[in-house]
Parts: sequence; C-alpha cells; structure tokens
Amino acid sequence: MIEFLNGLVALSNFVLIPAVAYGSQLALGALGVTLIYGILRFSNFAHGDTMAFGTMCTILVTWGLQGMGVSLGPLPTALLAIPFGIAGCAALILLTDRMIYRFYRRQRVKPVILVIVSMGVMFIYNGVTRFIIGTGDQNFADGERFLIGVRDFRDMTGLDEGLGVRTTQGITVVTALIVVAALFWFLNRTRTGKSMRAYSDNEDLALLSGIDPERVVTVTWLIVAALATIAGVLYGLDKSFKPFTYFQLLLPIFAAAIVGGLGSPLGAIAGGFVIAFSEVGLTYAWKKVLGYWLPQSLAPDGLVQLMSTDYKFAVSFVILLIVLLFRPTGLFRGKSA
Amino acid sequence: MTERARGALMFAIVAGLILGTGVVQSWNSALLILNMGLVSAVMALGVNLQWGFAGLFNVGVMGFVALGGLATVLVSMPPVGAAWSAGAARLGLGLVLAVVAIAAAVLAWQRLRAGLRGWVVAAVLVAGYFAFRAVFDPAVSAIESVDPAVSGYLGGLGLPVVLAWPAGGLLAAAVAWLIGKTALGLRSDYLAIATLGIAEIIIAVIKNEDWMARGVKNVIGLPRPMPYEIDLQNDPGFVQTAAGLGIDPTTASTLYVKLGYGMMFAIVLAILLVLAQLALKSPWGRMMRAIRDNETAARAMGKDVTRRHLQIFVLGSAVCGVAGAMMTTLDGQLTPGTYQPLRYTFLIWVMVIVGGSGNNFGAVLGGFLIWFLWVQVEPIGQAVMNLATLGMSDGNWLKVHLLDSVQHMRLLTMGVILLLVLRFSPKGLLPER
Repeated sequence: MIEFLNGLVALSNFVLIPAVAYGSQLALGALGVTLIYGILRFSNFAHGDTMAFGTMCTILVTWGLQGMGVSLGPLPTALLAIPFGIAGCAALILLTDRMIYRFYRRQRVKPVILVIVSMGVMFIYNGVTRFIIGTGDQNFADGERFLIGVRDFRDMTGLDEGLGVRTTQGITVVTALIVVAALFWFLNRTRTGKSMRAYSDNEDLALLSGIDPERVVTVTWLIVAALATIAGVLYGLDKSFKPFTYFQLLLPIFAAAIVGGLGSPLGAIAGGFVIAFSEVGLTYAWKKVLGYWLPQSLAPDGLVQLMSTDYKFAVSFVILLIVLLFRPTGLFRGKSA
Repeated sequence: MTERARGALMFAIVAGLILGTGVVQSWNSALLILNMGLVSAVMALGVNLQWGFAGLFNVGVMGFVALGGLATVLVSMPPVGAAWSAGAARLGLGLVLAVVAIAAAVLAWQRLRAGLRGWVVAAVLVAGYFAFRAVFDPAVSAIESVDPAVSGYLGGLGLPVVLAWPAGGLLAAAVAWLIGKTALGLRSDYLAIATLGIAEIIIAVIKNEDWMARGVKNVIGLPRPMPYEIDLQNDPGFVQTAAGLGIDPTTASTLYVKLGYGMMFAIVLAILLVLAQLALKSPWGRMMRAIRDNETAARAMGKDVTRRHLQIFVLGSAVCGVAGAMMTTLDGQLTPGTYQPLRYTFLIWVMVIVGGSGNNFGAVLGGFLIWFLWVQVEPIGQAVMNLATLGMSDGNWLKVHLLDSVQHMRLLTMGVILLLVLRFSPKGLLPER
C-alpha cells in the first residue's frame, strides 16, 4: 500500500501537476487561436508572438513595481502587472487590426491571404519584442516559491516520495479556472457574447439581424489580448520568458485548438489538456513510478522513457495527425475541415 | 512598360545593389551576398513551385533545407570504420524492425474489419516500438561511444561533395513523399500547421540522433569543391597571376574561391530555372494552375488532384533540399542548432511573396532582393540609430539599448516589407502572367 502511495505521489509530482499547469497554459493560448478562427476566420500565426508581447509588457511593469517596492507578499508581483500588460497588448492588437487586418476584411480576401498577412505581423511583433527586451531568458517570478515543499510533504506524510507544488503552478490553475469561467459566462450570458457566437455560426444571418461586425471584431481582439497575455504570463512565471520559446509554443497551441476542433472554445480547453498530458507523459522517465508499482521481479532496468524530451514537438504533431486523419473536425466538432 | 522591360529593370536594380556593395563595402561581402542570394533564389523557386503553381501552403521549408544539409554530411564525409563495425548492423536491424512494424500496422488496418482493428493496430505499433528500441538503443550507444570527441557517428560515403546536391534533393523528396502521403489531404490551414510541425521534428531528429550526423556537436570541415585559400596563397602560379591583376594574394584567393562557388550555384539555378519555366508553360503547368484556381472544377474535369498535389509537393521540397545541400557545402559545416523557422521558412516565404508568387523570375528576384536586405538592414540600421542617438550623451542607457538592439531591426523590416507588398502590390514585384 505504501509502495502504491509512493508511486502515486511520484506520478503527481512529475507528471500530473506539471501537465495540469502546462495544459491550462496551452488551453488559454488555444482559446485565443480558436476565437480568432471562429470570428475572423483565419489561423493567426502571430499568436505566439502576441503572447510574447503581452508578457513583455507585464514584465516591464513588474520591474517597475518591484523598483517602487510594491509586492504581493507570497504571490508574484507580476499578477498586479497583468492588467497593464493586457492594456499594452490590446493597444498593439487593435492598432494592428485598424492598420492591417481591416483592409483585407473589407476586401473579403481568402483566409489563406490573411494567414500570410499574419506571418508579416508575426515578424513585426517578434522584432518589436526582441528590440525592446532582447532575446535572453527573463525570470520575473518572485514571492513564495512553493505552496507545498517536497521536504514538508515528506515530513507531513512520512512517505519516501515528496510532492512539491510550486506557487506558480497553483496560480496557473486558479487563474485559468477564473478566466475560463468568465469567458464562458461572457459568451453565453451577455448580449455581446451572444452576438459573437451568432457571428461565428452564421455571418450573414448575424449581419441581417443587425449585429455590428466591427464591434464584434473589436471585442474579439480585446478578449484575445487578455487571453494571450494571461497565458503568456502564466507560462513565463511557471518556466521562464524567452521570445523564441513563445514563438515555438505556436505548434502545441495550434495542435490543441485543432485537436479540440477549431472554433470551439470547449474543444480548445480539452485539446490543451490532451496535448499537455501526452507531451509530459510520453517524455517522462517512468522508472521511478513503475519501480513502486510493479513487483520487484518486474522492476525495469532502463529509464522507461518512451521518447527523449527533445521530441515533444513530435508528440503534439502525431496527436494532431491522428485526430485530423480519423476525426477531421476535431473532438468537439469545430468548423468543418 | 512591358513585362519583360519591368523584369529586366528589377534585376538590373538588384545587380546594381550587389555591385554597389562591392564598391562601397568590399568585393568579398558582395560575393557573399551573391552566393547566398543564389542559394536563396533556389529555395524560393522550390516554394514557388508549391505555392505559386499549386497553391500548397508549405511552411516546413526549414525541414527540407536541413535534410539537404544532412545529405551533404552523409555523402561527403569519410566513413568511420570503427563505428560501422561497432553497431551498424544492429542499427540497420533496428530500422528494419521499425519499418516492418509500421508496414504490419498499415496492413492490419487495411485487411481487418472495423471494430477490433484499432486495438490490433495499436498493439502492433506499441510492440513494434519496444522491439525497435530494444535493438536500436544499444547500437546507438555503441556507435556514439566511438571516439565521441571527433566522430561518434557513422560518417558518410566519402564521395565528392557536389554529388550531395542531387542527393540532398532525393533525400528531401523521399521525406516529402512520406509526409505528402499523410498530410496533403488537409485543408490549407491544417497543412500549414502540419508542415510547421514536421520541420521542427526533422530538426529535432538531426539534433538528437548523434549517430547520424553528430547532432548538436556539429560536423565541421566538410570537403569542399573549391581549393582552400591557404593552398592558393602558397601556389606560386596563382600568386603571380594575382600580382598581374594588381590584387594582393590573400584577397585574390578569397575572391577566387567565392567566385567559384558562385559559378557553380549559378549553373544549378540556371538549370532549375529553365526546368521550372518549361514546366510552367507545359500542359502540366497549366493543369497545376487550373487545380490551384478551382480545385472542384479541375476534379470535375477528371484531374487527379491528390496525385498532382503529391507530385508538386515532392518536386518543390526536392528543390529546397538541393538548396540546403548547396548552403551546407558553402558553409563547410552542418550546425543543426542554427536552423530557425524565421530564417529558413518564413524568410523564404517573404522572398516568394515579394518577388511575385506564380512567376519563377519573380521568385528568383525576391530571393536576391530579400537576401540583400536581410544582410544590409543591419549596417543601415546601425547608421540610422547612430544618427537618431547623436543628441544623447554617451553613457545614456537608452542610447546603449538602442545601439545594442539594432540587430533585431531585421525581423521588423522583413515584416514591414511583406505587409507593404501585400497591401500595395499583392501580386508581388513581378506578377504572374
């Protein structure tokens, strides 16, 4: 029994908790992608760099607050700075929309042209972010490091295995829950949210019933700015901030959105967790957990790591491919393929 | 102005820019830009085949370029005998096992009836994977432990390096065929994400499978098709000729080598350009464009859209592979850590869009022009920043920061150029005819 509990604790410590935190971050990112796809009808390649820009704004304000001696005690100061980050990100996105996307929207170009346009926007955001904050790693988490320390947990329970929950992991999950709840309340209960869903389902019908498309688009970009900044800050707190990493997040985020079904918010969340759990599960060395769970004679010699961590992109990709081949609209019936 | 005159003028401008570099900076920089411009033009031709001819949205260019680079190592480096005897047979057996497992899974999927077959296929794949790892892993560690500081890999075939160029094309084509078989049925957005992922996976494989090309330990000192500068400088005949031309031997040798590369690349580019032009004007090219413009109509006319897409995906990727092999030959080393999607995928896309998608000459022009800007934006930006910060005191943090960040102007400029062209000249500088 103790063996089993030890195994369970090791599993939670190395797989479940990191995967839940990572999954929440991916889900928030994928929600942004899926909203843009539903309302503006294109895949936004600049989303990773939007996240990077919002996070950068947050980091700059965090440094300012730290400089003034403001702190949240055990919580990271960055939480206070998030609203400023969202404002900065929203300003940039709305400016981009007015200057660039609106022109093509009026022309009703094919979606693939918008994708290419978003490639240009990606270059610009990427350049701006690197220009302001550089390419290096930025660690901006402060406050208490652990909710539960590994040693405390061992002392408390008397088990051999320790369980550590980092503050940032706790914050990630709580914040993600709040944001998702607020988003669904907005989409399902408010007038603006309902008009957004109507616009996404059937553009012509929505226009006929007097919905102002420009307003829907503006609100969408504002929500996207908030989601992208929060997702980016949570990821940055949990790991660290580096512009190139955020660009690379594009792949798992898109995989999550597509696996869930592009255009479906619920699907984006499910997809985020599917991708996160597969990535962490397949690249984790299972030796320790199996050592506890299997009888002595069957205990593995090797690391039982199914894949080297460097292949985590392959995981997102393979899941993406399987879903696309066998269920092209995604788990939650998004827009048809 | 006629199309032809417009094209000639544009190319003249780019030639002027490169010659100007030679006069203002140095002829070595000008030739460097020219050589990489030639390579970029070949890559742009490949992307133009896929996007311009057939409307396939491939953002996995980086992967095929890297495969070309891998081919250079596999073809030109001398074989490492000790590594071959240490584990090559076992390694081969492992790979054969993997292929057998996948084939068995595919066969099971086709032969069995629905219901149980999902589980059978999964079981075959899982069992095959563990068998593969059991055979493969010891072989890999045996090979990688052979003198890891200098080799630790199987080495190549020891053939002349120029053979790596077609080989790079073939390798890229083979991988593209595999990818195309699975991913080409997807709609354009999905294909884009899929190819983006595949490129990352190819890079991850090259980085991690050290037995193949040493991974991030890099392979340096690849054989060259041109003589080494130092040998030229020690060759009395060469020194005499250089003196006759009034150039000092060091400069002369570097120029000679770069010019040699340039000639070889130019020949490859010319051949590919002629082929691409012939293809564009042939019935096959017209069919491709018909499929691109209206897939449903083309299908209704009896065209096999899926097969044509696969065909052109393989061809375009092969061209990118050739370019990748040429680039690695020029660098003289394979450094998997330097492959980044912004540089090797999206920049090539900027070249094609700016040059004019669907027009081969446009793609070539875009290759030269964008490469020139990519290189020259930095010195230009430096000058602009120096001017802008002239009024600030020397220790000012803003001035220091601005001057340090000049290198990031590149990405910004490329984005602005792409958006400006898309907005004001959506068909590119040389529009499709």
